[in-house]
Amino acid sequence: MAAAQTDLSQVKVNRWTRTSLIGSPVALLVILLMFALPYITALSNIRALTDLLIFIIIGSMWNLMAGYGGMESVGQQAYIGLGAYGFVVIADLLGINVFLAIPLAGIVAGVIAFLLSFLAFRLVGGYFSIGTWVIAEVVKLIITQFPELGLGSGISLYAMSGFDKDFRIALSYWIALVVTALAVLVCVLLVRSRFGLGLTAVRDDATAAATSGVDVSRAKRVVFVISGIGTGLAGAIIAIQTLRVQPDSLFSVQWSVLMIFMVVVGGVGTIEGPIIGALIFWGLREALAEYGSLYLILLGVIAIVFALFFREGIWGIIQKRRRFSIFPTGYTTSFGNIK
Amino acid sequence: MNFLDAVVQGLMLGGLYAIFAAGLSLIFGVMKIVSLSYGAFAVMAAYLALHFTEAIGWSPLLSMLLVVPIMAAFGWVLQRFILQRTLGNSALPSILVTFGLAVIIENVLLLTESADQKRMTLGAIDTAAFEIGFIRVGVYPFGLFILSVILLGILSLVMAKTQFGRAVRAISEDAPTVELMGIRPKRIYAWSAAIALALAAIAGVASGIQTSFSPLSGGMLLIFAFEAVIIGGIGSLWGTFVGALVLGLAQTIGASFFPSQGILIGNIVFLIFLAFLPQGISGKVKR
Repeated sequence: MAAAQTDLSQVKVNRWTRTSLIGSPVALLVILLMFALPYITALSNIRALTDLLIFIIIGSMWNLMAGYGGMESVGQQAYIGLGAYGFVVIADLLGINVFLAIPLAGIVAGVIAFLLSFLAFRLVGGYFSIGTWVIAEVVKLIITQFPELGLGSGISLYAMSGFDKDFRIALSYWIALVVTALAVLVCVLLVRSRFGLGLTAVRDDATAAATSGVDVSRAKRVVFVISGIGTGLAGAIIAIQTLRVQPDSLFSVQWSVLMIFMVVVGGVGTIEGPIIGALIFWGLREALAEYGSLYLILLGVIAIVFALFFREGIWGIIQKRRRFSIFPTGYTTSFGNIK
Repeated sequence: MNFLDAVVQGLMLGGLYAIFAAGLSLIFGVMKIVSLSYGAFAVMAAYLALHFTEAIGWSPLLSMLLVVPIMAAFGWVLQRFILQRTLGNSALPSILVTFGLAVIIENVLLLTESADQKRMTLGAIDTAAFEIGFIRVGVYPFGLFILSVILLGILSLVMAKTQFGRAVRAISEDAPTVELMGIRPKRIYAWSAAIALALAAIAGVASGIQTSFSPLSGGMLLIFAFEAVIIGGIGSLWGTFVGALVLGLAQTIGASFFPSQGILIGNIVFLIFLAFLPQGISGKVKR
C-alpha cells in the first residue's frame, strides 16, 4: 500500500487569533503603564496594588501546577514561607544585596520544591493534597526550631531599612510588577511550547500521555519546581512589603484557600483565569475584609458553587461563547485553503 | 516521663486516631475521594456535644447518642446532594468542594463560638487511673482504646459479613460492574459517608474530652487521620489501625525525648514511611 504523500509546506499552524493579536500588545501596554503608577496615584493605592500583583503571581503558579500539571496542592504556603524566610536569611543574615537576594530566595524555594517533590509525588489526587499540607506543616515546624529565625514569633527584616519609606513602597510594587510579568510570560511560553503540549496531555490523561512518549513524572516535576520558584518569589515580596516574617501567617493554609479560590473562579487551566480570579478576590477583599469570618464563608460558598456548576470558571464561560483569548496559547491549523 | 509510660500513652492515643482514620479510609476506599473537610466535621461534632452537655446537663459521652446520629444524617445528606455531584474522573471538584466546606464550617464556628480553646469533662473519670505493675493507665484513655478496637471490629465484621459490606468491597474494586449487578452505588456512597461521619463524630467528641479543641483544630485532626491511613497502607482497615498506633507511639515517645516536639516527630515518622514504605505497613495497594 502506497503511503499518501502530504505536502507539509501547505500546512500552517496559527497560534494568534484576532483577539490575542490585540490582547497581547494591550497587556504589554498595561504593564508598561503600571510602571508609571507610583508617580501618579497615592501610595496607599500602590500598597493595595502590590497585594493584587502577589495574588496574580501565586494564582498563576497554582494554576500552572493544578490546571496544567493536575496536581492540586494545598501546601503551597510552604514556598511562600520559604521564599520569605529565604529572603530574610540571604539579605539580613548573609548580607547579600537585596536585588540579588530576591531571585536567590526564589531559587532556594525551587531547590527545596525539587527535593520535596520526591516525597509528595508518591501520592496522587486527594492524598497528594493532604500530603503537601503535611509537608508545609513540617517545613514550618522545622523553621520555627531556629532561635536565629525568631522561633515561633518570627523576625523583622532590616535589609530594606536603607530605603526611604515611600520609595520602599514603590519599590516593592515595581518588584511585584516585574515578577508578575515574568510569571505570566513563563506560563504563556511554557503552555505554548512542546513541553506544554505534553503537559496538557498529562493533565487530560496521564496514562495516554505516557504511552505517547511524554515523560510524565519529569513534566510534573518541572512544573512543581517552577511553581515553587514563583510562589517563593511572591513570599520574598511579602517579606519586603511587611518588613516582618511570621510563621503562623506565612505558613497559613489560608494561602491555599486563596489560590484555589482565584483559580477556580477565574477558570482553571487558562492563563487569563487566575488573573481574573485575582481581580475578583482582590475586589471582594477590599469591599468585605472587615466582615472577617463572614467574608471567608462567602468565599467558601462561591468556590463550591463554581466547582459544582461552573467548572470552567468565568474565563471558560467567556471562551465558550466566542473564541476569545488575550494570550496566544491556543492554535488553529489550516491546510492550503481548507481550515 | 518514663519510656514505658510513653509507650502506653502512645497506644491509647493511637486508638483515638484509629477511630478517626477508619472513616477517612472508608470514604477513600468506596468513593476514591479524600475529604478535606473531615477534620472540620469532627470539630463540629465536638461543639455539638459541648452545647448538648451545657443545655441538658448530660455527660459528653451520653450526648454522643444525639451527636453521632445527627452527624451521620448530615453525612448522608451531604453525600447524596452535594458530594455526589463531584464524583468523576477528576479529583479536583471533590477536593475543592470538601476544602470549601471545611472553610465554611471553620468560619461558622469562629462566628458562633469564640476562638478560645474548649474542653469537655467527665468529672472524676478524667483523672482516674489504675496501675498494672508500675505503669499507671488512665481509665478514660484505656476505655477509648477498647472502644476503638470494638468499633473497628464491628466495622470489619460489617464489611466481611453483610450485604452492605459486600457491596462496599465490590464497589471499591469496580463500581461500573457493580452497577450492572443491580446495586445503586449512590446509595452505598451515601451510607458510607454516614458511617464515616459517625466515626468522625465519635472521634471528635472523644478527643474533645481528652484534649482541648478550637474552631481551627480540624486541620490537625485531618492530618493525623491521613498520616495513619498512609502509614498503615491504603485499603486495609486493620492496616489503618496499626498505622494509627504507630503515629500515636511516634508522637508520645518523641515527646518524651524532645518535649513539645511530639507532632513534628509524628510528621517526620510519617514522611519516613512515605519515603521508604509508600505502600504502607499492610502493603495492600501499590501506587
